[in-house]
Amino acid sequence: MAITDRDHFVYGRCPNPVECGHGLTIGGGSVVPEINFTLPPMEIAESTWPEVRRQYSEMIGSVLERAIQLEVPQLLVEFETLPGMTHRPAWGLEIVRLLADALARAHTEHGLKCALRFTPNDIRESSRPPLMRRGEHWEAMNEIFSGAGHAGADMISIESTGGKEIHDKALLHADLKGIVYALGVLAYRDMAFLWSHLVGECKRQSILPAGDTACGFANTAMVLADRGMIPRSLAAIVRVATVPRSLVAYLEGATGPSKDCAYEGPYLKAMAGIPISMEGKSCACAHLSPVGNVAQAVCDAWSNESVQNIQLLSGKAPVVSMEHLAYDCRLMNTASAEDGGALRLSRWLAESDAPLDVQAYVLHPEVVLRLCERIVEGVTPYEQTIIAVQESIEEMIRAVDDNAVQLPEREVDWLNRLRVAAAALPAKEEAMIDQMIEAGSYADVYRPSEYGLQGA
Amino acid sequence: MLNLLKEAVLKGDMTEAAELTSQALEDGVSPGEILSDGLIATMDIVGQEFESGIRFIPEMLVSAEAMKSAMEILRPQLIASGIESRGKVVIGTVEGDLHDIGKDLVATMLEGAGYDIVDLGVEVTAGQFVEAVQKHSPDVVAMSALLTTTMVFMPGVIQALQDAGLRDSVRVVIGGAPVTRDYAEEIGADGYADDAPTAVALVKSLT
Repeated sequence: MAITDRDHFVYGRCPNPVECGHGLTIGGGSVVPEINFTLPPMEIAESTWPEVRRQYSEMIGSVLERAIQLEVPQLLVEFETLPGMTHRPAWGLEIVRLLADALARAHTEHGLKCALRFTPNDIRESSRPPLMRRGEHWEAMNEIFSGAGHAGADMISIESTGGKEIHDKALLHADLKGIVYALGVLAYRDMAFLWSHLVGECKRQSILPAGDTACGFANTAMVLADRGMIPRSLAAIVRVATVPRSLVAYLEGATGPSKDCAYEGPYLKAMAGIPISMEGKSCACAHLSPVGNVAQAVCDAWSNESVQNIQLLSGKAPVVSMEHLAYDCRLMNTASAEDGGALRLSRWLAESDAPLDVQAYVLHPEVVLRLCERIVEGVTPYEQTIIAVQESIEEMIRAVDDNAVQLPEREVDWLNRLRVAAAALPAKEEAMIDQMIEAGSYADVYRPSEYGLQGA
Repeated sequence: MLNLLKEAVLKGDMTEAAELTSQALEDGVSPGEILSDGLIATMDIVGQEFESGIRFIPEMLVSAEAMKSAMEILRPQLIASGIESRGKVVIGTVEGDLHDIGKDLVATMLEGAGYDIVDLGVEVTAGQFVEAVQKHSPDVVAMSALLTTTMVFMPGVIQALQDAGLRDSVRVVIGGAPVTRDYAEEIGADGYADDAPTAVALVKSLT
């Protein structure tokens, strides 16, 4: 545990800050806005490529102009490719160069401390069942990884999808055993494979191996819960259960900042001491959530997730997002300048959301620290995943009993059912693997060998 | 008997649903009656309970699976009786898009409502949709997209169906997070749904 004391678990500061890009420090005392933007509805093709370039030029130009007008001192820009740009690496890298050049000019001409996060897609799931360690999609990803630094990226992140092919199905069936198999057996193996590779690649290119996100797992759950499709308590359990999986990137040598949509970030910060990027109310332009304030409580970079380049009354949407982030960060950093100010604001951010939804409750910094202390008792990622599931359930049940968080009646019943399912999970990873493979569970959607496992 | 079958489907008991279907057939209940009054009517209730917040998706899916196990017993009898399915739907996520949770849910719910489903999977090109329509002669083509940069392939599918002379033979429905009713109208689709139960109601209204 890198952080054990709530008094030291606040936004803007972490035990292992990083320096990157043009004089940018993340986690060193102030919160940095992280802006991301994407195309309006349009096709990405040879014929539309000049327009794609023009859109990105317009977005980065207008965002930087507004940041400079608002005297933003530090800025992180994320470029997350669209799938077509990873399938065709030259396209993705061309946009990286375009953005990196704009950031370099802003630094030279205006003194803006800034950096570029580059997030290619995990396109391995284009094969069904996915090929995780070979094939044309993995090769395209490698090509884009290997060109990132040369194109001007300062760090690489990814939203990796190992295990997601099972997790999606298990989530819809509220199959806790399938969820734990996906996260605690498959996903962590893939993370170890992917991040050992990425860390080596980033070292070679002298850029940061920033980190991964369990977005495809826990944010899928959050969005489904928000639409009333699955219980919120299940989404909260999944959130905590993703922690050991995402932690693997840092055990392999990733440095942070974690990716914005990794809402498991507070857990990673407490355990690994890395700086984290978060998003909350600032990303309502991309998706809704019940964690708008609490997500901000211990962030080191504060992001909008992504916004389309569409016209709003005041200007283009990326400029609007830039302004939101700039003011949010200005407030947080002003509070930090007062004695105890950061902790006070962090508490308000946490306590304004946590009692209203179990998904917010499990992101409350005090709850995060309690659960982290239990999770690290596990030796392997599988054991940690089991602990994360069981302890998050117990934490929620206690909180509901104490009226510390509200939960609709039908959800209380679900939480109790999930508690029974959690108690029945195999304690040993080998037993879990044997049971899943022998039963042929989800056999049609994944290839065990792609995770280093023997098939049935 | 049909009430017991309904209960089995509602609680998602696959074994009981199959056994009760066999028993109903042995007792002389017609396959058509079992299908419409026992199974489809129950899945309608399941859909309504989801819409009104009584059920979650996992609870819908266990009912759908119980219905599927009953259908395995019932299908040969339906064919023998000359009873056709409610219709056929070709479904897929459009080119460049890997998202399939929403599409899978719609497919499962449509199956539960008595439709035959041809699931083309993800990243389905316009040509593949056309080929499937030529091969399966569906009543409905259902397309899903979760990205603003892939929803733009939907009009291309409709155009391809037009070019192949198939557009008048099928109804086209669309869905997915960035898709709207206005967009459906703009591209000439026949309908839009924003969740699985609405998609079922939409397809029913079109077939």
